[in-house]
Amino acid sequence: MTQRVVITGIGALTPLGVGAETLIERWSAGESGIDDGLGRCREFEPTEHLSIKEARRADRFTQLAIVACDEALTQAGWEDGPSVDPERVGCVMGTGIGGIGTIEEQLEVLRVRGAEAVSPLAVPMMMANAASGVVAMRHGLKGQCYGTVSACAAGAHAIGAGLRMVQHGDVEACVVGGAEAGITPLSQAAFVGMGATSPSGTSRPFDARRDGFVMGEGAAALVLESEEGARERGAEVLGYLAGYGATADAHHLTAPEPSGEGASRAIALALADADIGPDGVDWVNAHGTSTQLNDRSETEALKRALGERAREIPVSSLKSAIGHTLGAAGAVEAAATALALRRGIAPPTIGWEERDEDCDLDYVPGDARTLESNGRPLRAISNSFGFGGHNAVLCLEAA
Amino acid sequence: MPTANKEQIEERMTAALESFGAERDQIKRDANWEALDVDSLDLVELAQIVEEEYGVKMKEEDMKELKTVGDAVDFVAERAKS
Repeated sequence: MTQRVVITGIGALTPLGVGAETLIERWSAGESGIDDGLGRCREFEPTEHLSIKEARRADRFTQLAIVACDEALTQAGWEDGPSVDPERVGCVMGTGIGGIGTIEEQLEVLRVRGAEAVSPLAVPMMMANAASGVVAMRHGLKGQCYGTVSACAAGAHAIGAGLRMVQHGDVEACVVGGAEAGITPLSQAAFVGMGATSPSGTSRPFDARRDGFVMGEGAAALVLESEEGARERGAEVLGYLAGYGATADAHHLTAPEPSGEGASRAIALALADADIGPDGVDWVNAHGTSTQLNDRSETEALKRALGERAREIPVSSLKSAIGHTLGAAGAVEAAATALALRRGIAPPTIGWEERDEDCDLDYVPGDARTLESNGRPLRAISNSFGFGGHNAVLCLEAA
Repeated sequence: MPTANKEQIEERMTAALESFGAERDQIKRDANWEALDVDSLDLVELAQIVEEEYGVKMKEEDMKELKTVGDAVDFVAERAKS
């Protein structure tokens, strides 16, 4: 029998503030962290969390990852390092782009002052695996350690990879998550250039008026452990990571496959992995980007994978409150899913007002809603889809 | 290239090392790199600053001989004059 995997630590740093509880508290209350068309982590001051040396050697995406992982590890009781053999603790962190701020800054140095002036810190700061390496170093995690890169599915892939690692017994525990700090001139111009972002600066997932996504930044982390190990050491179980499914559309570089076929297969795989059917799902934390294409094809995918049950399940999008945190999104949303299940609620899709005939599910407008447990632990799926046709779906269960 | 005396060079290097994260009151002539938590990446940055401001190249083989703040200051002061 496959090892059950539990969550014993949750950390998040998002446009709604510093801390995982802040995220779920504010989202549930219908607050938005989007300001002037961007979801920045305005409450994050690197020097409050990091030494001068740590801060100047880490691109912003790594800084965000460090803080989210610190919170998750502290909650797991491992702020001074894991209490199990550190060689049996892994670390996988996803990102869409990596240190894009550093790349842009150093390109300017190259142009203005020449090659010899380029910083020796440029490579360790811009590499997409920096977050996982730095976190492992900071906490002495000596098991498998790497970054996942799959655009906006990267955080979910990192969590899925960590799940398999623990299930397979490669490690006893794994610190997983995602981080992104892509609100930079080049990155913003590039997303605007391809018509993906919202000209009105509004994140309105599944609403008929939606016109693109709002760029966000942030990070989140989970500590995953074997249930047996966590119980043995007396750690508090915050929830279960019950299933994972990942597929590719093999369709188009940026557009989702319109019928939702690839995404629906990922949902079906995650449910099969969790050994449940559509009736076992109580809530969907959607990818819901607020683009015309994603929200339509995701709705199709949900109907395809869940059948008639899709119409009964509340579907929320966190991106309505914080924008799209790209490679961090899968991790931030998984963290929010675990926290919402603990509270037994489906937080709202903020700003949803006008029905689109192609988006005809229940998107939880207005206020957060209490989930009915039906005498068993609540379960939810968290969807993540990335440019490149990457689909990753996680199934979480309340403790 | 501007000329500079030893005090000015020491002051500039101290500021650089402090910006790398070293504690200011620990930065003394006889302090070695390990004590200041200055590693090879910091030393490359220090060499870039020194070359840009004093036109003095601190090559990798030179670095191996420079164990303390004082060593580095003397090395640069000697070459900045010529």
